[in-house]
Amino acid sequence: MNELSASSQIIHQAVLVRPGVARRIRGLSDKSLAWLFITPTIVLLLAINIFPLVWTIYLSFTNYRANRANAPMLWLGTDWYRSILTDPDIWAAMQVTAHFVIWTVVIETVLGFGLAFLIDKKFRGHGLWTTIILLPMMLSPAVVGNFWTFLYQPQIGLFNYVVAFLTGRDASSFQMLGDVTLSPWAIVIVDAWMWTPYVMLICLAGLRSIPDYIFEAAEVDRASKWRQFWSITLPMALPFIMLAVLFRGIENFKMFDMVNLLTGGGPGSTTEVASITLKRAAFESWRTGYSSAFAIILFVTVFGLANIYVKALNRVKNR
Amino acid sequence: MSLSNAAHSVVEPSAGTRRFAGSLVVLYAIITMIPLVWIVLTSFKSPDDAISYPPKILFKPSLEGYCNLFTTRSRQTSEFIKTLGPPRGLCDRIARDRNMVIAGPSNYVPRFVNSLIIAFGSTVLAVALGTLSAYGFSRFRVPLKDDLLFFILSTRMMPPIAVAIPIYLMYRTIGLSDTRLGMILLYTSINVSLAVWLLKGFIDEIPREYEEAAMIDGYTRFQAFVKVVLPQATTGIAATAIFCLIFAWNEYAFAVLLTSGNAQTAPPFIPIIIGEGGQDWPAVAAGTTFFLVPIVVFTVLLRKHLLRGITFGAVRK
Repeated sequence: MNELSASSQIIHQAVLVRPGVARRIRGLSDKSLAWLFITPTIVLLLAINIFPLVWTIYLSFTNYRANRANAPMLWLGTDWYRSILTDPDIWAAMQVTAHFVIWTVVIETVLGFGLAFLIDKKFRGHGLWTTIILLPMMLSPAVVGNFWTFLYQPQIGLFNYVVAFLTGRDASSFQMLGDVTLSPWAIVIVDAWMWTPYVMLICLAGLRSIPDYIFEAAEVDRASKWRQFWSITLPMALPFIMLAVLFRGIENFKMFDMVNLLTGGGPGSTTEVASITLKRAAFESWRTGYSSAFAIILFVTVFGLANIYVKALNRVKNR
Repeated sequence: MSLSNAAHSVVEPSAGTRRFAGSLVVLYAIITMIPLVWIVLTSFKSPDDAISYPPKILFKPSLEGYCNLFTTRSRQTSEFIKTLGPPRGLCDRIARDRNMVIAGPSNYVPRFVNSLIIAFGSTVLAVALGTLSAYGFSRFRVPLKDDLLFFILSTRMMPPIAVAIPIYLMYRTIGLSDTRLGMILLYTSINVSLAVWLLKGFIDEIPREYEEAAMIDGYTRFQAFVKVVLPQATTGIAATAIFCLIFAWNEYAFAVLLTSGNAQTAPPFIPIIIGEGGQDWPAVAAGTTFFLVPIVVFTVLLRKHLLRGITFGAVRK
């Protein structure tokens, strides 16, 4: 206490040097200070996120085109929404997105949980190897996606060489990025390579949150290891697994950068996920009104998922 | 020693289990590192070695990729090159071996500088705003607190392309398109949600009693915030700053749609590095390596806080 009062004396003297500032801030009540601290963030978000969002909603009811800003603007009502929700191309894009989301989430969850389970055995040097495994998820998806196009080259790529070496097929007989059936899997592989560590890290936290005494009790009751896994480990780690699944689901539903660089949506539209369709409509055909309506539909979907996500977050937090 | 070994808990895995688990994890780690090691190796190859079949693991290292990354070159006749005098520096010699002369620096350097300015600018802003808001949410009774916090988080959930359409129109109207300031503001608005959530977690962990003691001693609330809370939160602020930095550094979608030259960052630029006759893979690899090294360093620094960062502070361990 004495130390604190001594230092507060020093601070008082320091503050006296700038009495104007000190008096102004001293006069503030907790309530006004709270608003002073929070308002700048809210204002920034309103200006850069909410105002544009409202603008998008408005444009989605019009025939506005960003490359013909001076053309007369017509009010179309909900025409765009109706045509998007009945457009087979949009549903095809949604199917591509669903395929991508489901497979990446399944693969990443199985691999990630398996890895976490192994790392939780605390073998020697597990800290170092965990850090190494975590590296891919910190890198730029765009830069990594671009480099994977090199690994996927049919003639010179390392990936094709390794597959050819392991299967005995000719390395130039298949094209990961140019083939209609293979290219959706090419992007799934890169995404799994990048984001399995993410799921692993969250699952590891889940496994470490289970207290030892539960396993000790199970051991005393002579429960088999198999039984312990299904009755203790998995149920207790489940909220964490769900958190990871939801987050990966949301992120991959929005996926743009990696796919844009790996395939650009091609060949044809076999890897055209929703964000690529949106980018083509908005920044290549310049159908601003139409793409605004599509953006709102995507946003509402993500927002719904985000709502569930926050509930899951809170459940994990309250444990 | 043998006594402590015998006394260990029944739930401790046996030595055999550990070794088995360890070897599987190491195997995964090695496989997962191959693409990254390949990027670094390719950056030190000559263009011919980079595209040889079968892929070369042993090769004569060359700095041509890095030279090509930082310079632009033009092809000249060998007679002209002979008139030039001795080459200046290593890159000049490499270029002349290929009948080229260095015409000037490449665009990679300004793109890299843009990345630095935009990443650091938006990080400083996001962390400053985030610290203030996090303290506000942590310590004061704010009406609709949970709704505001959810609102802040939900802005991060928007699909980038959906946000890019109106931002593009707005920036075009107010003259911020393809400017560093515009990108800094945009990245700040995205990072601030992470900053608020992460920092609120860190500040929640600092006992209120410290500030209350300081306020009894005559500090105002603001002084207590600056002199007591901020020093305690340094680690949290540093970890948050690194997360913001990494996001802004890695961001691609907004950068490729909203910038064209002036404010373009490195991620949209690296994929379009091309040489004579197709993609110059060693130069692309060099650009990638150069760009990824800071992230590797930061990941190692951050490893204790990674979990918190990727879950918006929800899982703390």
